[in-house]
Amino acid sequence: MGMAKFEPVLMEAVGVAEGHTLESYRSRGGYAALERLLAESQPAEVVEMVKSSGLRGRGGAGFMTGVKWGFLPKDHPGPIYFCVNADESEPGTFNNRFLMEDDPHQVLEGTIISCYATRATTAYIYLRYEYPRSLERLQAAIDEAYAAGYLGGDIKGSGFSLDIYLHRGAAAYICGEETGLIESIEGKRAWPRIKPPFPAIEGVFRKPTVVNNVETVACVAQIARRGVDWFRSIGVPADPENPRDPGSYGPKLYCLSGHVEKPGCYEAPLGITLRELIDDYGGGVWKGRRAKAAIPGGISMGLATEAEFDIPLDFKGPGSVGCMGLGTAAVVVLDETVSIVDYLHNSCRFFAHESCGQCTPCREGTSWSLRILERIRAGKGRLKDLEILLEMGSTMGMMPGSTICGLADGAAWPIKNAITKFRGEFEDYIKRTNPEGWMVTEAVPALEIVGAH
Amino acid sequence: MNSRAFTHLTPEMVAEIEAFAPRYPSRQAVTLPALHVVYERLRHVPFGAVAEIAELLGLAPAEVQDTLSFYQFFPQEKPCGRVRAFVCRSISCSLRGGEELLAGLCDAAGIEPGGTTADGGLTIEPAECLGGCDHAPCLLAAGRLHEKLDPAEAGAVLETLRQAAGPEPSVAG
Repeated sequence: MGMAKFEPVLMEAVGVAEGHTLESYRSRGGYAALERLLAESQPAEVVEMVKSSGLRGRGGAGFMTGVKWGFLPKDHPGPIYFCVNADESEPGTFNNRFLMEDDPHQVLEGTIISCYATRATTAYIYLRYEYPRSLERLQAAIDEAYAAGYLGGDIKGSGFSLDIYLHRGAAAYICGEETGLIESIEGKRAWPRIKPPFPAIEGVFRKPTVVNNVETVACVAQIARRGVDWFRSIGVPADPENPRDPGSYGPKLYCLSGHVEKPGCYEAPLGITLRELIDDYGGGVWKGRRAKAAIPGGISMGLATEAEFDIPLDFKGPGSVGCMGLGTAAVVVLDETVSIVDYLHNSCRFFAHESCGQCTPCREGTSWSLRILERIRAGKGRLKDLEILLEMGSTMGMMPGSTICGLADGAAWPIKNAITKFRGEFEDYIKRTNPEGWMVTEAVPALEIVGAH
Repeated sequence: MNSRAFTHLTPEMVAEIEAFAPRYPSRQAVTLPALHVVYERLRHVPFGAVAEIAELLGLAPAEVQDTLSFYQFFPQEKPCGRVRAFVCRSISCSLRGGEELLAGLCDAAGIEPGGTTADGGLTIEPAECLGGCDHAPCLLAAGRLHEKLDPAEAGAVLETLRQAAGPEPSVAG
């Protein structure tokens, strides 16, 4: 199967000179859909449009966007808040950066339409600290949008008013979790909240709140412009045999990095296979090598082995081969020379650093998994360590019910997945590097480690 | 609005912080913007400044300190370098030499990761994913992403960072 002809929509401004400006965006048809909806449609009709498009959130969880909006209380006196999650921090993920840098007005139009639909009158774009160019481009676009009357009071005579503010983060992964993000906006430590109540009922400043990813609101702008039928003509339809399958509709931005010839952000219909993305878009594995495995959607998702590369990258495909899900659709390729021990060490180090420390199973579990991986890499590993890692991997997280948010699930999944799929390599490594002690089962001292807390 | 003179916060900083207040229905929400304002000016947020931010926002110093300490982003004891280089060590950069780049830069600068050069010019520290995976290995410094760096050329990369940091300001008087 070759690369299908597909015209980029979300990324149409990439490579366009001055594509980030209002003038360029309008010349490409931008803001016409907003003006039309404000004049002709009621908010409830916009919610219905997004519901019927089948749009699922692009931030990682894949929840139905229109359904999420529908959880807001009816006839609430307000204020209702809208937060754009631009805290993109999942390792391997950079699609939101492309959208914010190259086409910030698309993000704004999608945000304004989403706020109109949800009756939010204040929106915060929670932007990670690490994106200074996005900060610059978004702020310039917001200023342009105010000057052009797309923001502020009584937008285009509709009676609808909206302010959008940028809120800059301070380099913490947990702020991408929607209630961590809310706490961070409130000026507190970004400790996720116990749910329920969900943000739609009690969110930022204890008011009803919607949190949507940057790419999600960009899709809203395109659905408004091109229509529900256009959106549903792309991607993988719902399984008619399974009433609980909402399908995987629309275009998707795939991030591709690691050991490929042409790393980049590529727009494709939901459901292209991992192999197509790597070979047709990414030019194949670098240096003429073979792939060992690939992360299908950010580091939290685990690995698909090379033999599993024919899975579709839709909301169901990665789960069919033991990955947690599509996640952020950020694919990272590991070539045949990569040690699985090094990969898992890198993953464990990330989560030990980023655990917010609120829930003990996550704080201690991520920290201890790193310490064990440090010890294995130092040639003091034991086969028993694999059992300990698997035990931690199956007991920390929202799924086993021991933590408030999903960070620990994201830390645990790569552990379980890697040890299950590459057990032989782990055992060989441990036996080779610790010939005297690999069989020891009594407690051993931890190595002193740096960088974990 | 607080009119008394602060020791750490200049009138300009106070004005800049107050400009954020109308964006939020609570003054506590101005905490993170305020920390950024002070950090951008002083390259650290000493506890004295924390107490003054708290006074300005009507909070307990412990509330502001709690938020500051959570992020592990704002230096508190002493200023970071005039340029702070965040070198990515997450998976995509690590697969393409990010760890070697970090080690090479620190070696060439004669500091440990997280350290600052003796002239106060440059801080080099490891960072988690910078979202520049298509340009791995990369680092963030002086307001931009430095892309597709060659760990074998760490010396040249260091020179670029040193130039961005500029010469050590002469101490007047």
